[in-house]
Amino acid sequence: MPKLLSGAEIVFKALEDQKVEYIFGYPGGAVLPIYDELKNHKSIKHILARHEQGAGHSAEGYARSSGKPGVLLVTSGPGATNAVTALTDAYMDSVPLVCISGQVPTHLIGTDAFQECDTTGITRPCTKHNWLVKDVNDLSRVLHLAFEVATTGRPGPVLVDIPKDIQFKKGKYKFFKNTLKKKLNGKAARKIPNTELDKFIDLIKKSSKPIFYTGGGVINSGPEASKYLRELVSLTGFPITSTLQGLGAYPGDDPQFLGMLGMHGTYEANNAMHDCDLMINIGARFDDRITGKVDEFSPRSKKIHVDIDPSSIGKNIKVDLAIVSDVTELLKSLIKRFKEKNKNFVNSNKQKTSKWWEQIEKWREKKSLNFINSDKIIKPQHAVQRLYELTKTQDTFITTEVGQHQMWAAQHYKFNKPNRWMTSGGLGTMGYGLPAAIGVQIANPGKLVVDIAGEASVLMTMQEMSTAVQYRLPIKIFILNNEYMGMVRQWQELLHEKNYSESYTAALPDFVKLAESYGCVGIRAKTPDELDEKIKEMINIDKPVIFDCVVDKAENCFPMIPSGKPHNQMLLGPEEEEEISDEGKILV
Amino acid sequence: MAKSKSAYSVPGKIGKIERHIIVVWVDNEAGVLARIAGLFSGRGYNIESLAVAEVDKKKHISRITIVTEGTPQVIEQINLQLKKLVPVHKVADFKRGEKDILFRELALFKILGNSKKIEKVKKICKKFNPVVLDKTNKSVVIQVTALRAEIDKLALDLKSLGLISTSRTGAVAMTKGPKIFN
Repeated sequence: MPKLLSGAEIVFKALEDQKVEYIFGYPGGAVLPIYDELKNHKSIKHILARHEQGAGHSAEGYARSSGKPGVLLVTSGPGATNAVTALTDAYMDSVPLVCISGQVPTHLIGTDAFQECDTTGITRPCTKHNWLVKDVNDLSRVLHLAFEVATTGRPGPVLVDIPKDIQFKKGKYKFFKNTLKKKLNGKAARKIPNTELDKFIDLIKKSSKPIFYTGGGVINSGPEASKYLRELVSLTGFPITSTLQGLGAYPGDDPQFLGMLGMHGTYEANNAMHDCDLMINIGARFDDRITGKVDEFSPRSKKIHVDIDPSSIGKNIKVDLAIVSDVTELLKSLIKRFKEKNKNFVNSNKQKTSKWWEQIEKWREKKSLNFINSDKIIKPQHAVQRLYELTKTQDTFITTEVGQHQMWAAQHYKFNKPNRWMTSGGLGTMGYGLPAAIGVQIANPGKLVVDIAGEASVLMTMQEMSTAVQYRLPIKIFILNNEYMGMVRQWQELLHEKNYSESYTAALPDFVKLAESYGCVGIRAKTPDELDEKIKEMINIDKPVIFDCVVDKAENCFPMIPSGKPHNQMLLGPEEEEEISDEGKILV
Repeated sequence: MAKSKSAYSVPGKIGKIERHIIVVWVDNEAGVLARIAGLFSGRGYNIESLAVAEVDKKKHISRITIVTEGTPQVIEQINLQLKKLVPVHKVADFKRGEKDILFRELALFKILGNSKKIEKVKKICKKFNPVVLDKTNKSVVIQVTALRAEIDKLALDLKSLGLISTSRTGAVAMTKGPKIFN
């Protein structure tokens, strides 16, 4: 007869068998048996956050920079509700998380017991699946299934709710594998039929104004996918643009790369999306920040959509060729098939797309990311550019909060590798970047990790600096401090007659002193002259740093597609803003 | 109409609304109905009627029949989203009015009245497989099975004949001939 283990022991046995090295969490009454068991499992290190939301974002940062699932351990009631933002964030951005939550003992469930909440009910819409384990003999099956659901198909968060009495009870342990096979939901293991590949290749061959539009699916598919993507783009000679989440899958400084697309994307990327005759969407989901007005989205193009999630295809935009597949699988077979039949494609195709490239160069000449620099005050775009120039020679990981600084980071920081860029795109969670940087640093010891932050966002999870100090994680918090919730302020300027309702923070902490009180280092830069030196100083400090970069308060993020407008009607900058009609402003 | 001051895009054209019957096979486990219903409410889909019961005692499979309305795009999303749920085994989708499919709803009517009136009631219900489940000298409980619209009409007609209570199920569905859903 197999040895019986307690529920808490089963939890750790399952984590060990899943090769988990780190868990992010916060103890409490209903998870104490699990915390008690921690000491017996040396291969698993627990990172104590200061708030469950912080633990959740750290687990996300860990997952996104390592490709492994992030594990989160929280208590019942407020522990679980605090984790909800992180779970929703992970759900929107397809990040594999396994959240284990304590629950009140089974006999108290439903009695409004102390720190009880309906955790599985609350987290049902923000997880791929969740379980309330009422029998200890179900626990090992559920835990392994949880890892499988989180990491297969389109990745995402799952939650396992374990009542306290189940953590004490003795039960059998077994390592379960691949219980999900029956589901399409699992890794699309099907072989992609040659007919689909041939249709794909045929569309490529017929096109004279093509564009690749790639997204987070390429990153989620693993580093192989980025390798194949580079090969395919180079084989075809086509231009490529990327969503916010896809940055890094293709080198940001490559001439075929048009920059990010979407609401704050480049002029050339958005115009190319609008005018193309073939759009090849690989692992992106036609999000509303990308498509703008759906009826006028790329009206004359044939569209190919590759996605692992069948429900992403046709949800917002109808496509001509839909392929449900993992990106790596698709690209691998496509390139193989393509090479067999089209040895000299690039040369024969050069002529066909030469006019298209000429047009793209014309759009490029607009230099839509340009801004008017100043020698008196630090422009936020300039700060990001300097940060990029001074860090590009080393393998740097960037996280962000949400707002203007996030868009400036996406526009001006060039990524050359996947898994180097962690940002909250779908949910847009202010306060994401600092805890995410903690998770990134844990997964990538010795590497430079910078959170490009706004002062308003970063205050939402500032307490996690204490975590960074405790575990000696030398993360750099690079705050573009304009004293405003900048993106809110920008919309109020453009949409609400400059009524800056509640978007100014009148009492901010002194970030340098705040850094010191946390036991890390504070640096402030006020003028462009001192910026480079201060950034270098920051990079060279082997401790967590809060960098207070005092920037222009009134700078707006351009270019932008005013909402309700198609891609070819972008606002390029403040000069143009003066010229647009009242009607145009209202539509932003 | 006031002009949009929103940072979100304006709504595009809306397609034609169709009524569909969606049949879902699920593991009969705690919370499964909440997952299905939550998917519909969370994404703003409609549930017109719902019928659920376990159909395989050994494997604990329940069959859920949902009547819903939406544009073709929404109906497609409902199907795809349902298939993503972990306890869902398979999903079948039928457009209302498809020829190869049978639909039935069951209704119980309680009617007050003398025997003369009750005879009249039976006559009206004749076409819809009426079964008298309970009878006193003042009342009758009568069961009918029919299509949704027929039951709607029946309930309306019986109103003047002393109908005081109605209980109805959601629609259930099955294919005609030897073929089964797959």
